[in-house]
Amino acid sequence: MSSAVFLPHADSQRLFDLLHGAGYQTLAPQARNGAIQFAPLASAQGLPWGQHDEQRPGHYRLEQDHSPRAFAWANGPQALKPLLFAPQETLWQVERDAGGQMRFAAVAPPQQARAVIGVRPCDLAALKIHDAHFLGGARDGHYAARRQGLLLVAVNCSHPAETCFCAATGDGPAAAEHSGYDLLLDELDEGFILRAGSETGRALLGQLGLPAASAAQAQQAERQQQDARDIQQRGLPKDVSQGLQGQMDHPRWQQVAERCLACGNCTSVCPTCFCHSEREQPALDGVSSEHLREWDSCFTSGHSYLHGHLVRESGAQRYRQWLMHKLAWWPEQFGRIGCVGCGRCISWCPVGIDITAEAAALCQGEQA
Amino acid sequence: MNDLRQPHEAEIIERVQETPSIYTLRLRFTDPAVHAAYRFAPGQFNMLYLYGVGEVPISIVSDPEDEHIVDHTIRAVGRVTDAMARLQVGERLGVRGPYGRGWPVEQAKGRDVVIVTGGLGCAPVVSVINYVLKRRDRYGKLTIMQGVKHADDLIWREQYEAWSQLPNTQVLLSASEGGPLWPWHVGHVPVLFDKAALDVANSTVMMCGPEGMMIAAGKGLLEQGIPAEDIYLSMERNMQCAVGKCGHCQMGGQFVCKDGPVFSWPEIVARLGIKGV
Ligand SMILES: Cc1cc2nc3c(=O)[nH]c(=O)nc-3n(C[C@H](O)[C@H](O)[C@H](O)COP(=O)(O)OP(=O)(O)OC[C@H]3O[C@@H](n4cnc5c(N)ncnc54)[C@H](O)[C@@H]3O)c2cc1C
Ligand code: SF4
Ligand code: FES
Repeated sequence: MSSAVFLPHADSQRLFDLLHGAGYQTLAPQARNGAIQFAPLASAQGLPWGQHDEQRPGHYRLEQDHSPRAFAWANGPQALKPLLFAPQETLWQVERDAGGQMRFAAVAPPQQARAVIGVRPCDLAALKIHDAHFLGGARDGHYAARRQGLLLVAVNCSHPAETCFCAATGDGPAAAEHSGYDLLLDELDEGFILRAGSETGRALLGQLGLPAASAAQAQQAERQQQDARDIQQRGLPKDVSQGLQGQMDHPRWQQVAERCLACGNCTSVCPTCFCHSEREQPALDGVSSEHLREWDSCFTSGHSYLHGHLVRESGAQRYRQWLMHKLAWWPEQFGRIGCVGCGRCISWCPVGIDITAEAAALCQGEQA
Repeated sequence: MNDLRQPHEAEIIERVQETPSIYTLRLRFTDPAVHAAYRFAPGQFNMLYLYGVGEVPISIVSDPEDEHIVDHTIRAVGRVTDAMARLQVGERLGVRGPYGRGWPVEQAKGRDVVIVTGGLGCAPVVSVINYVLKRRDRYGKLTIMQGVKHADDLIWREQYEAWSQLPNTQVLLSASEGGPLWPWHVGHVPVLFDKAALDVANSTVMMCGPEGMMIAAGKGLLEQGIPAEDIYLSMERNMQCAVGKCGHCQMGGQFVCKDGPVFSWPEIVARLGIKGV
């Protein structure tokens, strides 16, 4: 572990200036339209100072109080996902001349070194999964281009929401040493403890010339991490992947389907969901066309469409696909479950369906 | 940036109308370097792109050693395949591939090959039948079993009749509903197994068709004594990317586009026959 230094809140702008000086565009969480969202931000003043979030199944509210902190909230609807895996983007375009000849051309995403400030440990875990998915095997050029030059300034969680269960999945509330951050913050009332997690991070941190964090500050951060772990109530059943095997006919699927709207909110906010569909958009000029991809969800009917029938006709089958993929089948693909305990699907589900409650009921078998 | 999802242009060299709704397009990449570098195995597929309309996964039915041409036999069923049916010789489409894992033609060398297909006939097995017939000395007996719903549903009837005349080749057809001029068997595919006199220890089975048919046939073959690992099936799921990224083709933890479309029975059996998987 690299040595920890201390940056008082009053000097927060120095972190932004450091990153700008190194050529990064800075993105940071901000309170916008009633939720915390990542967006470009150049000034530390725009951080969500004094914001708290209240989250429960089907419920998310921001409240402002007099807290001197910028990160006294758990997470907003987005993780890093939309920054790397764009909700909609053009993969390539084609022009066709009068003779019918086609010319295909790649459409590359904008190249810009970006630094994201305020990445949560669960977001780092989800990023690792998306890196394995999009960069492993056939490499996804669009994801790779966005991923390149992405600097991650993570922050350990001090205020998990009621919906958080990262302690149970092992992905938070404190970031593990090799979890992929360049810089890591612990926020205290008077400022930040900073440490580096990569060569780039170390070089940047060196430029700030900050004093070492005191033993008392380090102790305070550690206590705060422990409290953040202890406060979490939710969890997943032990050996959940195993427990779900053989539950494909459980009556619970039908029960949850009676509440589920099949809106797909859970898949939009899930930081590990990667499904997308491709679509053609011919231009009005009649001689060119764009080939797009956009987020899709296993809750849509088109997702499993085969000519003449749907593989997954019912809501029960679609909810089952989502949960089984996340918790039972994911390990086959990525060596771990596809859930990082961020709790977003619980808060942002309009009817408050709770994946932890569903998994628990399913793993108990059918006596319910 | 060269995205692996970007098609290459190909020209239609020949077009064959097989039946009123089925057509074969014989293609050549317009870039000679692309054409020269293109290699595939029987059972693999391409994504065919029609300008301004979209892409569809289609099996490759030509011979992998035929360097001049890539053939696709397509049934017009919807948006893309209907529009593609109107293309004529000299017109162009986009092609990317080949994708997926094809038939076990190497493992099957020196063994009997048993083809089981159902429904309206199945392009992926046509590729392997042609492959074996072209390399007759490398394989033992070739048995082709096809089940259709109604006698009238059999396409390529002449082709089956021609195949049945070849040495060391047996063709067995059954229809669940026969018809006046139906010379073959009546019933589901498994009724054919007793007629086939399979050498169970020395056969590699390759199946393609409706899932229900493949499950019934697979179980029947296991009962006959064919080891599970010698039975292969080609699966079909919605496909958008064909490179394991879009998630549409998943069956449990398997991606049909890259882990399949051809699977051995033990690899896929846990996912077969569960509605909604
Ligand atoms: C590995 C594989 C190999 C195939 N090989 C052949 C072949 O050799 N010959 C042939 O005629 N057909 C083949 N098919 C089926 C063929 O892909 C569909 O008939 C075709 O996609 C229908 O497209 P459409 O736009 O005309 O129909 P629509 O019903 O309008 O479908 C709209 C879209 O849904 C998707 N879709 C619909 N049906 C299927 C399907 N069965 N499989 C995958 N995606 C689908 C496609 O994206 C399609 O563009 C194959 C399918 C797979 C998965
Ligand atoms: S579980 Fe909730 S968020 Fe997900 S599709 Fe159903 S109603 Fe929408
Ligand atoms: S078709 Fe996209 S993952 Fe298989």
